[in-house]
Amino acid sequence: MNTEKLNTYARNDWCPGCGNFGILNAFKQALTELQAEGLALENVVLLSGIGQHAKMADYVNVNSFYSIHGRAIPPAEAIRLANTGVKVVCFSGDGDSYGEGIEHLIFAAKRNADISVIVHNNRVYALTTGQYTPTSPLGYKGRSTPQGTKELPLNPLELMLASGATFIARSTSQGIAQLTDLFKQAIMHRGFSLVDILQVCVTYYNMYDFYHQRAYDLKSHDPTDYNQALHKIREWDYNSDSPIATGIFYRKEAPTFEERFLTPAAQPIDRGKKIKELLEKYI
Amino acid sequence: MNEISLLIGGKAGFGIDTASLIIARILNQLGLRLYIYRDYPSLIRGGHTFSIVRAAEKMIYAHREKVDFLIALNQDTVDLHRDKIKDGTIIIYDSDTVKSEGTGISLGKIIQEENAPEIMRNTAVTGAFSQAAGIPWDITEKVLKNNIAKEVDLNLKVARRGFDAVGTLFKLEPQKEKILPILTGNEALSLGLIRGGLKNYVAYPMTPCSSVLHFMASAAPDFGLKVLHPESEISVILMALGFSYMGEKTAVGTSGGGFCLMVEGLSFSGMSELPVVIIVGQRPGPSTGLPTYSAQTELSFVLNAGQGEFSRLVVAPGDAEEAYYLSALCLNLSWKYQLPAIILTDKNLSEGAYSFNIDSAGEINEEQPLMWGRQPVYKRYLNTETGVSPLAFVPDKDAVIKINSYEHDESGITTEDVQLTKLMQEKRLRKEKYLSEELEKYKTVEVSGNKQSGIVLVCWGSNKGVCIEAAGKNNLRVIHPLVLRPFPITQFQQALQGVEKIICVENNAGGQLADLLNLHGIRVDARILKYDGRPFTLEELESEIEKAVK
Repeated sequence: MNTEKLNTYARNDWCPGCGNFGILNAFKQALTELQAEGLALENVVLLSGIGQHAKMADYVNVNSFYSIHGRAIPPAEAIRLANTGVKVVCFSGDGDSYGEGIEHLIFAAKRNADISVIVHNNRVYALTTGQYTPTSPLGYKGRSTPQGTKELPLNPLELMLASGATFIARSTSQGIAQLTDLFKQAIMHRGFSLVDILQVCVTYYNMYDFYHQRAYDLKSHDPTDYNQALHKIREWDYNSDSPIATGIFYRKEAPTFEERFLTPAAQPIDRGKKIKELLEKYI
Repeated sequence: MNEISLLIGGKAGFGIDTASLIIARILNQLGLRLYIYRDYPSLIRGGHTFSIVRAAEKMIYAHREKVDFLIALNQDTVDLHRDKIKDGTIIIYDSDTVKSEGTGISLGKIIQEENAPEIMRNTAVTGAFSQAAGIPWDITEKVLKNNIAKEVDLNLKVARRGFDAVGTLFKLEPQKEKILPILTGNEALSLGLIRGGLKNYVAYPMTPCSSVLHFMASAAPDFGLKVLHPESEISVILMALGFSYMGEKTAVGTSGGGFCLMVEGLSFSGMSELPVVIIVGQRPGPSTGLPTYSAQTELSFVLNAGQGEFSRLVVAPGDAEEAYYLSALCLNLSWKYQLPAIILTDKNLSEGAYSFNIDSAGEINEEQPLMWGRQPVYKRYLNTETGVSPLAFVPDKDAVIKINSYEHDESGITTEDVQLTKLMQEKRLRKEKYLSEELEKYKTVEVSGNKQSGIVLVCWGSNKGVCIEAAGKNNLRVIHPLVLRPFPITQFQQALQGVEKIICVENNAGGQLADLLNLHGIRVDARILKYDGRPFTLEELESEIEKAVK
């Protein structure tokens, strides 16, 4: 499908070969397909944090909220609360959502806020020129850790499962067809969805071959089974050398934050009159 | 003078706060004007907590050094407040737990005989106070019925026992004045925001602003508000900006520590031009400081907080009526100019309670912001003469609405271009200039007292009332600015005409308003500063003024 109408005039500043291109193209493809299936593009809001991933806000011609580092998720929750007809997609980095803004990620999952969080997990701070992130492997040598990191990485999918996320998926930045499908499913999922994308950073952390050799599609896996999901999520801990499953690990139907929160719309209220009535109780 | 002051004290958990409010409402039935000062420690049970209730013929905003009644539910109330006792102070105390001169009542006996819970000791002394102050039983009964939700009959019985246990020792004349509601500063402020069109309130609990959150949460169904209490103050302000993006007027509230966490969001509001109203309730710092006491230490902070340079509005109401009016105004102006607006309050104003006259607060209604006229192609940051760009909200099939924390072009796309950087910075700053011009239409500086006096007390926020009352003794002029940024220099200069000596009165150790005035070329001659967490009493300020005037 032709995704040209989703382009903006902004010049693309990613490095040639960057995994972000795959994510951008898959997202535009997913939106175009969803539009053909009936989604009005004015009902889409794209949010981003700060980092190379965040340029998505400049590169896609839809409503966007280019937030600050780690802080794409709270406004996303509010936008959805303000209008439940809107599809809210947060692009985020591993520095953003697994680091500086991790509390927002946990709480959004806990609430089952009906938003999608897509993490460009390149496992390195690229925009700030190559420091370790919460998902870098033990011993990663970056500019802030020339002797290698002294801490194990976080398994974000396990954290999300424990936090109450109702849709958990992983992909790599190479598999455009899989990414497109996951984006569509995440966006249409009723409740909180997380897509962790093992994105290749060609300049600071080129894991192309590593992922290519280990990644496999989840098959004969029941994503509605919590224990199976946990088992598959624990297969690779972002540190060890083991097969890396991609696809949907977990999926659950549950009431969303907005559904629980919103009360039926009240009749228009004469606030001046209502305030005077209320004041009578303070005599 | 037809006036009464009383102090009621006990352990935290004894219902002192409730009793003081009920006593105030009983006095209110006489047509008097009320002020309540609440003093409580940062704990849930135990400790010593007290309230001072003052009622007078005119509107009042401060308590006196001495009291007419001391009502003691614990020994500390007698021991710690000896300095408040004068000749003729009537002491009513619980004879089971307190050693004192005065009128002792065995509250334990009443509770036991009526088979009432321990907490109802406060109801018994309320009854005793009414009789002692010469207030008829029917008034007492009426107020109790209106204010007690549970076990009304039992409470009335217990109150009557207290009422009958003492004789009448004091005389108050009822006034033929309209009976006014008694509101805390926070309640008035909340109602002002609601009047101004508030749709959402988002906050993380922090004294002295938690009661705004509680009030908004309880008022939410009546006014169709969404009230959220998310994971942190960082989330609070970012959620508010999300609502703002969707066109929903939103306010947040906190104290200095929570505001520290909000500062990155404040700067983002400035850059993205997403309006938000932030209530900052001041309390003594640095750091955790004295959480349940009061200060005026964040003026310099809120005037300057946030990286980069951006327009903002800062107001400081001085009483409940101003809290109501300025909050509504703040919400309207923050949307009109698409900038962050800060309401500076403090624990004294926020949690103090006052007679509230909505008719004297000023008429104010919700205003609509500048909306896109659907032509030409929508640009969120269209450069205009005033710097204010027309708004469109999601979803709009003809508009792509992009907001950005990076420097951006008119469409909201990131830029590092030399010309655009300068253009957009000037666009954002220009809004404050137009805001400043608009504010000339409003009263931004208030002059009270003797307007001919060459000696002036300058104060801000909750010190307004006590300064006006204390200035009366020396027949001085009082100036208090309501808006602190953009600084209303024209109105301030007018207010200063004929002034020879300026005395600044503030609850901080440095004199932050005095420093601000100096920046604007206004030399302050003396500073009266109090920074122990407690408000000025009337007599204390009068004696400080005596020294400063000499």
